[in-house]
Amino acid sequence: MSSQAPAHEDAHEAHHGHSHGHQAGHGTFRSYMAGFALSVVLTAIPFWLVMAGVFASPLVTAVLVMAIGAIQIVVHMVFFLHMNPRSEGGWTMMALIFTIIIVAIALSGSLWVMHHLNTNMMPMSPEMMKNMP
Amino acid sequence: MTMSDQTIDTSEKPEFYLTEDHHPENSTNLGFWLYLMSDCLIFAVLFATHGVLGRNYAAGPSPADLFDLPIVALNTSMLLLSSITYGFAMLQMERNAKAETLFWLAVTGLFGAAFIGLELYEFIHLIHEGAGPTRSAFLSSFFTLVGTHGLHVTFGIIWLITLMVQVSMHGLVEANRRRLMCLSMFWHFLDVVWIGVFSFVYLLGVLG
Repeated sequence: MSSQAPAHEDAHEAHHGHSHGHQAGHGTFRSYMAGFALSVVLTAIPFWLVMAGVFASPLVTAVLVMAIGAIQIVVHMVFFLHMNPRSEGGWTMMALIFTIIIVAIALSGSLWVMHHLNTNMMPMSPEMMKNMP
Repeated sequence: MTMSDQTIDTSEKPEFYLTEDHHPENSTNLGFWLYLMSDCLIFAVLFATHGVLGRNYAAGPSPADLFDLPIVALNTSMLLLSSITYGFAMLQMERNAKAETLFWLAVTGLFGAAFIGLELYEFIHLIHEGAGPTRSAFLSSFFTLVGTHGLHVTFGIIWLITLMVQVSMHGLVEANRRRLMCLSMFWHFLDVVWIGVFSFVYLLGVLG
């Protein structure tokens, strides 16, 4: 029964936070502008890398584009979606981590399995390809 | 002894219900977050499909032949601007300024509509060039992934217009605040998905 009191306080605190408009820790003008400035820079860099052909090696460019994309996703999560480990008593973070694990398994698993199939399939001659249904 | 126990029980009961009373409001955010995470799985599967099929051109056009990166950059900036203007709408909502909230929601809707317009222009252009979704596995997965994102944004705009009508009719009441909060999460989430689309589909596609 003693655990009831803090739970009630938590609920009240969350409610107070909500009435200001956010689940936990509401955004300010400064935080939105900081997030916006960061994401403009993080969008411009990959477009510039690809359109100007800064690096001769496509692999280096591809790795950089994906890395900057990952950073930008984190920036959006923090500044626009206001993710933090405390919101909803940690449950949104738990759901996010669970989703990331599932997404990682689905993505890497599909790519791995399909790559494996592709490399181990019997090679096709152009004639066979032509007669495919 | 038993009498005093009973009195303690009854005195604690109202507190228990009070806690529950606050509960539904908070759980909406968590529940909506769970919906977004399941939506995330839909996009993850479509990304995986594009990852597998994205190089199968069937002797047709490749991304380097088809994609017009300046238009994609313009499209991306539209969605990015709509994200920050939605943020401004939320800040005005916190200040209880109804007219300003509606103004920024309208600006967000216009940026969203510009995004959809540019995307439709791109799709129609591709189909006219003979690069429709039936041309190759690459184009099938491209149209499915980008089209699903576009459909989400379209429904987001419909939701936004609905909420603008709700806010103008009933004001910034608690229910409308909760709805605006959910749409905010939905809108920013779509922007996060778009980061994956322009990085993985467009930029890496053009790189080849």
